[in-house]
Amino acid sequence: MAQPPEADWIETRLVGARPQAVAALLRYFRDLDLAEEAFQEACLRALKSWPKNGPPRDAASWLIMVGRNAAIDHRRRQARMTELPDEEAISDREDAEPDMAERLDAANYRDDILRLLFVCCHPELPATQQIALALRVVSGLPVARIAAAFLVGDRAMEQRITRAKARIARADIPFETPGPIERNERFAVVSAMIYLVFNEGYTDANPKSERAKLCDEAIRLARLLLRLFPAEPEMMGLLALMLLQHSRQRARFNETGAPILLEDQDRSLWHHGQIAEALAMIDKAMLHRQPGPYQIQAAIAALHARAGKAEDTDWAGIDALYEALEHRAPSPVVSLNRAVAIWKLHGAEAALETIAPLAGPLDSYFYFHGVRGNLLEQLGRTSEARDAFGRAIALANTPAEAMHIRQHLDRLEAEGASTATSS
Amino acid sequence: MRYTILCYHNEEITSAWTEEEDAEVIECLKAVNRKWAKNFEPIVRLMPTGTATTLRKTENMVVDGPFAETKEQLLGFYVVNVDSLDVAIQIAREMAEANPGGAYELRPIALYYPSGEAIEDGPTS
Repeated sequence: MAQPPEADWIETRLVGARPQAVAALLRYFRDLDLAEEAFQEACLRALKSWPKNGPPRDAASWLIMVGRNAAIDHRRRQARMTELPDEEAISDREDAEPDMAERLDAANYRDDILRLLFVCCHPELPATQQIALALRVVSGLPVARIAAAFLVGDRAMEQRITRAKARIARADIPFETPGPIERNERFAVVSAMIYLVFNEGYTDANPKSERAKLCDEAIRLARLLLRLFPAEPEMMGLLALMLLQHSRQRARFNETGAPILLEDQDRSLWHHGQIAEALAMIDKAMLHRQPGPYQIQAAIAALHARAGKAEDTDWAGIDALYEALEHRAPSPVVSLNRAVAIWKLHGAEAALETIAPLAGPLDSYFYFHGVRGNLLEQLGRTSEARDAFGRAIALANTPAEAMHIRQHLDRLEAEGASTATSS
Repeated sequence: MRYTILCYHNEEITSAWTEEEDAEVIECLKAVNRKWAKNFEPIVRLMPTGTATTLRKTENMVVDGPFAETKEQLLGFYVVNVDSLDVAIQIAREMAEANPGGAYELRPIALYYPSGEAIEDGPTS
């Protein structure tokens, strides 16, 4: 039987238990480094003990207890080497033991994990550091893998994570259980971070690359939060949104890595299991009647996913949802997306009118000039289209994006040449 | 006699599987399925518990999530038609080898016609 080696299965269990274990250890030690070291030590012991004794029924609790005890022993040994033990501190720790064991069963591990994620989203940290830290601390990805995902060297990434941790250590992390309002704020911040992780992976054309795997990691984190807080419609919306976008992964790029537009994608390549799960999730979220930006975006993605052919897309529905989104979370990017729906419904002229006021705020946005170029091209305003595409190329984020626009330009050139010769 | 083999596993673990690991487990299970094909009836894989909704009957309340909040979740089930419990256990053993971790619960089943009458090969036959 093609059974993977035992170590792989232990590894999977360790990965699965990690967020809960590190989160509980962080509550106990109130120090991220110490919590991580304690978890590492527990993992080493698991690798020794589990093959002999079999894995424990509750891996996370086992790792928390063993990690905690190992760290305390370590501290005691260090204390003995340096100075006389502080009697008071030791008795404190022993008092803490039954308390800890009791807390393991309590439901507050949900807030532990939310806190662990929230700590990584400290507002002083730039987005890239937040993501790197969450991937390292919560997901437990090796530094080398995170470095590969962000296309930087291992050492540079190591330093980035160390700096981020140092900043957090100076920050005052609230350890008391959050109230409902605070919890909602944490949720919003953590959701945004998870979506950033997803988007980081989404742009990568190669599904096997470390960067593309960030999408799986973001989905895993959202699933984890939804298991802990099953009645959060926006978390359902976020998970559904990511599943729907991820479902198109195999159809989104051609062999050379150039993006394929939604309407040109081979829809049989979409992952229909993920789509089905996302649609079920949206239905569930709607029962709550608390629409929010993630749910609306997921509903838009769902209308695309439900269309068997590009021509069947419910553009009126999409336009209405974008209108709702503009209302709730107004942003020029949302309006730009709505303009595409307007284009399909009412033609290029109407769409061009819609995007005219966006020229200022989206002046340095690649997609704005791409869409504008397309609209102008369709209206036969060739030289303006050429300028817009030129601007888009200058702003392209990846070589594949630039190449895609270049094809438009080449087509315009070819058409221009043929008109010139025929006239 | 028909049995269901209810598949329980810790979702924290199964959701940590990569797509390749998931595919590998399914491949291993398929080998068992092929071997026992004539005994196998519907095989159902449940979507993750995040998609579940529960109706609490006494309170008449719809709540999010699966009914049971346990370490291991019900992730799917097989229906097998076999001569004895021994054979059902043998099948479950082979599946366990293909997909370690968690537990299989074997439960004899009664089939119902749409009208609600039990047919003969239920647990009492």
